[in-house]
Amino acid sequence: MTSAVSFQKVSRHFGAVRAVDAVDLDIAPGEFFAMLGPSGSGKTTCLRLIAGFEQPTAGSISIFGERAEGVPPYRRNVNTVFQDYALFPHLNVLDNVAYGLMVKGVGKPERRKAAEEALSLVRLPGYGARRPGQLSGGQRQRVALARALVNQPKVLLLDEPLGALDLKLRENMQEELKSLQKALGITFVFVTHDQGEALSMADRVAVFNEGRIMQIGTPEDIYQRPKTRFVADFVGSSNVLPPDFVQRYSGQRRWGSLRPESIRIGRAAKGDGVAARLVSTNYLGATTRLALDADGLRLHAIVPAGAKLPREGETVVLTFNREHLHLMDEPS
Amino acid sequence: MTLTATQANPAPAILPGNGGMRGALSDLFWRRPQFLLLLMLLPPVLWLGIVYIGSLFALLLQSFFSIDEFSGLINRQFTLKTYGDLLQAANLDIILRTVTMAALVTLASAIIAFPIAYYAARYARGRWKALFYLGAMLPLWSSYLVKIYAWKLILAKEGILTWLLAKLHLLWLLDGWLSLPVVGGNSLSVSSTGTFIVFVYVWLPFMILPVQAALERVPGNLVEASSDLGASPGQTFRNVLFPLALPGIVAGSIFTFSLTLGDYIIPQIIGTSRLFIGQAVYSQQGTAGNIPLAAAFTVVPIVIMGFYLWGAKRMGAFDAL
Repeated sequence: MTSAVSFQKVSRHFGAVRAVDAVDLDIAPGEFFAMLGPSGSGKTTCLRLIAGFEQPTAGSISIFGERAEGVPPYRRNVNTVFQDYALFPHLNVLDNVAYGLMVKGVGKPERRKAAEEALSLVRLPGYGARRPGQLSGGQRQRVALARALVNQPKVLLLDEPLGALDLKLRENMQEELKSLQKALGITFVFVTHDQGEALSMADRVAVFNEGRIMQIGTPEDIYQRPKTRFVADFVGSSNVLPPDFVQRYSGQRRWGSLRPESIRIGRAAKGDGVAARLVSTNYLGATTRLALDADGLRLHAIVPAGAKLPREGETVVLTFNREHLHLMDEPS
Repeated sequence: MTLTATQANPAPAILPGNGGMRGALSDLFWRRPQFLLLLMLLPPVLWLGIVYIGSLFALLLQSFFSIDEFSGLINRQFTLKTYGDLLQAANLDIILRTVTMAALVTLASAIIAFPIAYYAARYARGRWKALFYLGAMLPLWSSYLVKIYAWKLILAKEGILTWLLAKLHLLWLLDGWLSLPVVGGNSLSVSSTGTFIVFVYVWLPFMILPVQAALERVPGNLVEASSDLGASPGQTFRNVLFPLALPGIVAGSIFTFSLTLGDYIIPQIIGTSRLFIGQAVYSQQGTAGNIPLAAAFTVVPIVIMGFYLWGAKRMGAFDAL
């Protein structure tokens, strides 16, 4: 089967800056694919390469088997939901949504009907006559989504679409986007710097850093079995353990990672526990996050709320199941 | 400085006033901001209301007086006789010529200004942007009269333009154009075409700057969004860029249009002997001593601009503001 989007050794350099550096990527049709990474990691440039706003310096890009280099954005059956929505301020909501059909020459009654349907799809029926300036952030986001979906794109690109929304709205939209994607079967490519968002929504996640893909895999892969220190640290703030430490517990001299929720806190020294001093506690509601200092090694542990906690400055003993200690590919 | 615990800080929680007149005034202005606003606005509002608008109304009032044709004295009784004079064929000819010129100058300025403004707003950064502002405004730094006389030399039969066209073997083009009625003449410097060229040159900065300001405010991602949704560059221009730049174009056209309507120096130095509104006003109030007719002539641009703005608003030119 042909990939929805395929990158072969794609690079995009801006002068001396390698925004995207020899990236290989295959996104399957109908997949919800997330590009995750810190700002400046090249994920947005990758999205813009798919949309056609950028052209690769080297390498080749194909969309559903067709070569896309040199093809302008307006000839790609790919639509984008922009980070700040980019709604046309001089058009009302209905004309915004119908814009793509209008420029393709679809008749007025037909495109109005399609735009109304798209607005119902994003649960904004009857908002057509309003101006974008009269809408809230969440509503604008839905209009931007409707404006892209009305064109029935082969691939929908979403550039941090939830970044400007507040937490509650963001969680709602995450669920909605996911069910919308399931219902429509369109390939979604989603750019985010929020690891929680990527893990909860995507079928597969690519973790970007410095213009390269560090790891591609299912959310579980990425979270449980990070390949590099960067991935372990960026996705869910794992404890990164140095080779010396790992060698004591696994016998192998490699970098390791340990999820904070895998660490248990005890008082008395028993067995092979690690002695550590409690530096600070952060109350997070359902859990409490502890910062610990184990002989110079900074560790984090997450314990459920209600557990009896030692005081700050006290020395405790940390234990963990050795199976939870994940060894990374990265050489020591 | 190191931060100390608040308990150790001996400073009081509420600071004493600055004291004196200035301190009291500061506190007063803070408590009653409308008082400060009034104080700031009073002088300009007085200036605008009395010196500016007031004198304009005094002038317009003159247009409802009439002139005694035998004595040449002004008859201070309200009448529409002067407006009757204004609508004579010779005067209507002047109005029509001026309005046509102003419209053409505005159109040409908009067409020339848009690409320059677009480049400046979209692409120029740093040094190039400074160069753009310098280039757009530099002509405004030199004397208006010097520029016009310089153009007279450029456009003259012995001027550099004729010389250049001769070198390019394009003199037939110039001669052909000059042999046309209305726009032609003995040379460019005594033709309507010459007047048009100099008007466009002199007023162009007033079009470039507002269009550039309008385009500057169009977020770049709107152009990308339009392209993303399938619009070709031409469609993006028609459906996104032009509507969003329209308030700037209208603002610029108010300058180019009204400045052309009122100017009396350029058509006097460059062009044919046929009069423009500004020249008519000049000669009516000066040599002819007919202040009421001169005043009636000045009403014409005001009425035309009023209709123009009303029409522009109806067309939605200010919707994107």
